[in-house]
Amino acid sequence: MQMLEDTSKSQVEFVTFSAGEQSFSIEITQVREIRRWSPVTALPHCPQEVLGVMNLRGSVIPIYDLAARFGLGKTKENPRNVIVVAMHGGQTVGLLVEAVSEILSVPRDQIQETPDIRSEMARQSITGVIPIESGMTRVIDLGAVLQHSSRSVA
Amino acid sequence: MSNPILDTFFEETEELLEALAEGLESMQGAEFDKETVNSVFRAVHSIKGGAGAFKLTALVSFAHSFETVMDAVRSGGLDLTPQIMHTLMRSADCLADLVDAARSGRTVPEEVTAGFLTALEACLGEGEIEAVDAWDNFEFAAVTLDLSPLTEIDAPAETAVGPTEMPDQDLVRVGFRINFRPHAVLFSNGHEPALLFTALADLGQITPQIDLSQLADWASFDPEDQRLSWTIDLRTDESELAVQDVFEFVYGLCDLSIAPLLGPMPVETADAAAVQAEVVEITSVLAALPVHSADSSSTPVTAPAPPLTATLAPSPKPKADRGEQTLDAKSPKATLRVDLDRVDRLINAVGELIINQAMIAQRLQDMTATRDDDLVMHIEDYRLLARDIQEGVMAIRAQPVKSLFQRMSRIVREAADSTGKLAELVTVGEGTEVDKTVVERLADPLTHMIRNAVDHGLESREERATAGKPAMGTIRMAASHRSGSVIITVKDDGAGLNRPKILEIAKRKGLIAADAELSDAEIDQLLFMAGFSTASSISNLSGRGVGLDVVRNAVQGLGGRISIATTPGLGTEFTIILPLTLAVMDGMVVTVGGHTLVVPITSIIETIRPLPGDLHRIGTDETLLAIRGRMIPVVDVARSLGFASPDQGSTPLLLLVESETLGECALVVESVQDQRQVVIKSLESNFGKVLGVSAATVLGDGRIALILDPDAIVGGRVTPAFQTPTPLSHAGRTAHANA
Repeated sequence: MQMLEDTSKSQVEFVTFSAGEQSFSIEITQVREIRRWSPVTALPHCPQEVLGVMNLRGSVIPIYDLAARFGLGKTKENPRNVIVVAMHGGQTVGLLVEAVSEILSVPRDQIQETPDIRSEMARQSITGVIPIESGMTRVIDLGAVLQHSSRSVA
Repeated sequence: MSNPILDTFFEETEELLEALAEGLESMQGAEFDKETVNSVFRAVHSIKGGAGAFKLTALVSFAHSFETVMDAVRSGGLDLTPQIMHTLMRSADCLADLVDAARSGRTVPEEVTAGFLTALEACLGEGEIEAVDAWDNFEFAAVTLDLSPLTEIDAPAETAVGPTEMPDQDLVRVGFRINFRPHAVLFSNGHEPALLFTALADLGQITPQIDLSQLADWASFDPEDQRLSWTIDLRTDESELAVQDVFEFVYGLCDLSIAPLLGPMPVETADAAAVQAEVVEITSVLAALPVHSADSSSTPVTAPAPPLTATLAPSPKPKADRGEQTLDAKSPKATLRVDLDRVDRLINAVGELIINQAMIAQRLQDMTATRDDDLVMHIEDYRLLARDIQEGVMAIRAQPVKSLFQRMSRIVREAADSTGKLAELVTVGEGTEVDKTVVERLADPLTHMIRNAVDHGLESREERATAGKPAMGTIRMAASHRSGSVIITVKDDGAGLNRPKILEIAKRKGLIAADAELSDAEIDQLLFMAGFSTASSISNLSGRGVGLDVVRNAVQGLGGRISIATTPGLGTEFTIILPLTLAVMDGMVVTVGGHTLVVPITSIIETIRPLPGDLHRIGTDETLLAIRGRMIPVVDVARSLGFASPDQGSTPLLLLVESETLGECALVVESVQDQRQVVIKSLESNFGKVLGVSAATVLGDGRIALILDPDAIVGGRVTPAFQTPTPLSHAGRTAHANA
C-alpha cells in the first residue's frame, strides 16, 4: 500500500511544447536537447510528417513534423520553431515544434488516461492528458509516433 | 564467465589452428621442407600444451594422438600417402571442432572423435603407437625447444644421452648467424660494411668471417664490384628485429639472411665462466653446421655435442624461453592485440575529422575576397594528413582473407566427402587485405557458394570421366584488389549452368510466367531469386531452402555486387565485388531535382551529355539512349525518388551506370558538383530503410546528402518488366521453341 501511494504521488517531469497550436509533452528523460531549426535534407518516398534528415554532430537523425503527424497541418516556417531531440529505444529523432513552453512537474496520479476518443491515431499516440492552467497538455507516446511513420515508409 | 588467460589461450589457439591448416596445405604440395612439418607438429603440440593447462581432457587426448602421428611423419617414419594426408587434414578439422566445443563449453560426441582417432592410429600401423595415456606423457613445456629451426641437431644428442634425462631444451638461441653479401650498388650508395659490423658489435659479441672465394683475380679486379661476402655469428640477447634494424638501410642492396644461432643455455652459476668457454665452443661447432641440413645423422660435426651438453645438464629453465622461442619461430613481426571498439572509435573520429576538414576547406573557398595562398596550402596539407590518418586507421581493420580461405578448404573437403566427389580448393591472392567486418560477414556466403560449387557445380565422378576431365574437381578461389574494390571469385570446373533446367524450375515454382522467354543472362540471374534451388533432391549440403539469394543479400549488405558467368562444359564462375572499407567511399556529388545526392563512383561507368538526337522516346514516358550503337534505358532519378522533375527543356546530363540486374542504364541528373570521398552514415539506425537510398553522408557545409543506390533505382523501375518480359524481343525465339 505504502509503495503504491508513493508511486502515485511521485513527481514526473515533462517538457511541454506547442505544435499545431495544441500543447503536447514528453517525459523529460526522453529529451536529449533542444535545437534551433536548421534546414533538413528531404527523404524520398516518405510520409509528409517526415521532413527529412539532419546532421546532429555526425549522426543522421530524422526530423518529424509533430503537427503534421497529428493531422493538424504542416508547421509553418517560423524562426521561433525548434527541434526537440529525443531518444526512443536506441533511436535518436528530432521533433519539429512551434515552441517549447515549459517544464512541468506533476504527481503521477494527475496524469489522466486518454478518454475514449474516436480518432484512432490520437488514441494510439497519446498516452494521457494532464490538466494545466491554460487547458491541458497531451502526453505523447514517442514509440507509437515513430512506428507509425516508419511503417508507412516500408 | 571470462577467464582472461583462457581467452588468450583460445585466441592463440586460433592462430595455431591457422598455422596448422596452412602447414598441412603446403604439405599437400609435392615440395615442402622439414620446417613445414615442424610447424604443424609445433601447432598441435602447443594446442595440447595449452589445453592441458586448462584441463581440457578431450582436446588433450586428441591432440596427443595427432601429435604422435605428426611425430612419426617428422622423423620420416611415415610416408605421406594421399590417404594419410587426408586423415591429417580431417583430423585438423576435428581438432578445430574440439577447440570450438571447448570454447563454448560443449562437448563433442565421443564417437565423432573416436572415428578420427581410429583413422590416426591406422596411419601408424600396428604396434607403433605406444599405448600411452595422454596425461602420463604430458609435460608442460617439455618438447617445446626442439621445435627451433635447428631441430636436426636434437636427434643425435638424444640418442647419445638418452631421451628422458637429457631433454634437448638446453639448446637455445644464443644469437644469430647472419649471411651478408653486399651488391655493388650498396657500395655505390655509400654504405660501408664495416659500419654495419660496428653496429652489430653494439648488440653483442660478433665473430665475422669473410668469404673470399668469389673474389675475381687480380687482372679483372674491379674495386666497384667486390664479390665479398661475410658470415657473422652474433651472440646477443636482442631480438631478431634489432638485428634486422641494423640492416634497415641496406635492404635490397645485399643478400641477407638472419638465422637463429643455437647453443646451450647460459647458466648463471658460480662456474658460469667455465661453462661460458664451453658454450663458445659449442656455438662454434653448431655454427659450423649447415642451417638447413636435410639429413642430420650424416653430419659428422655433431659428434662432440653430446658430452658437452651433458656437462650442462642441470639447467632446467626451459619455460622461460618458451615464449620467446615460439615467437621467433612464428613471425618476426611484432603485433598488438587491440580491442575492436577502440579501433572503431578511432575510425569514427577520423570520419568526423574528414568532414571537418571539408567544412573548413569549403568555408575558405567561400571567402574568395580575402584569399590567402598560405592558408590554402596549409588546408591542402591538412587534407592530405587527414587522408593519411584515415588510410592508416583503415589499415588497422584490414585483414588478409587468408583465414577465410583456409576455412573454405575445410568446407570443400566436407562437401566432397559427403557427395562422394573428389574436389580440391585452389586459392589465389590470400594476402589480399579486406576490412575485418567484410572478412567476418563473407564467411557464410562463401561457405554457401563453395558448397554449391561442389554439390551442384562439379559433376559426379562418372560424368567427369565421360567428359574426359580429371576425377579431381577443382574449385578455384581468388581474391584481388582492383581499382578500389576487392574482387573475390569462386570458380568450379564443372559442367556449367544447366539453363533449360533452371528455366523449367523457375517456371514450375511460379517465379516467372510460364510463357516467359528469357535471355541467357536473365536465366543466370534467376539463381539469385528467393526460393530457388536447383537440387532435385534436398541434399544435406546445400539446398536447405536458402539459396543464392541469401548470398546475394549478404554481399549487397556489404555494399558489394555479385555476378555469375558460366561456360557450358567448363564451369561456372561467381564474382563478388566489394568496397575496400565499409565506412568511406568515393562518390560523385550530383544535383537531382534541386536536391544534392551522392552516387557511388564504383557504379558509374561514364558521364555523358547526349545530343538531342541520341534520346528516343518509347512508350508513353520512357526514353532510350543511343550510345555506340546500343540502346540503353534512361532512368529519371528525380521521378523515381518522387522529387520534382528537372526542366525538360534542356538536355539532361546522364550518368552511365552498371546495374547488376539489367546491365547498363543511364541516370538523369541535373549537374555534377564534385567528386569526393564521403563518410557513410547509416540511415537505418535512427530511421529505417528508404527505397533507392543506401545511406547518407555529411557534406562540407554540414548538411546531409543521401547516397543513391543505383541498383535499387534502376531495379525498382524495371522489375515489373523483368518478371514478365516483353514478348517483342523474343518473339522469334518463342515461335521457334514452340515449333
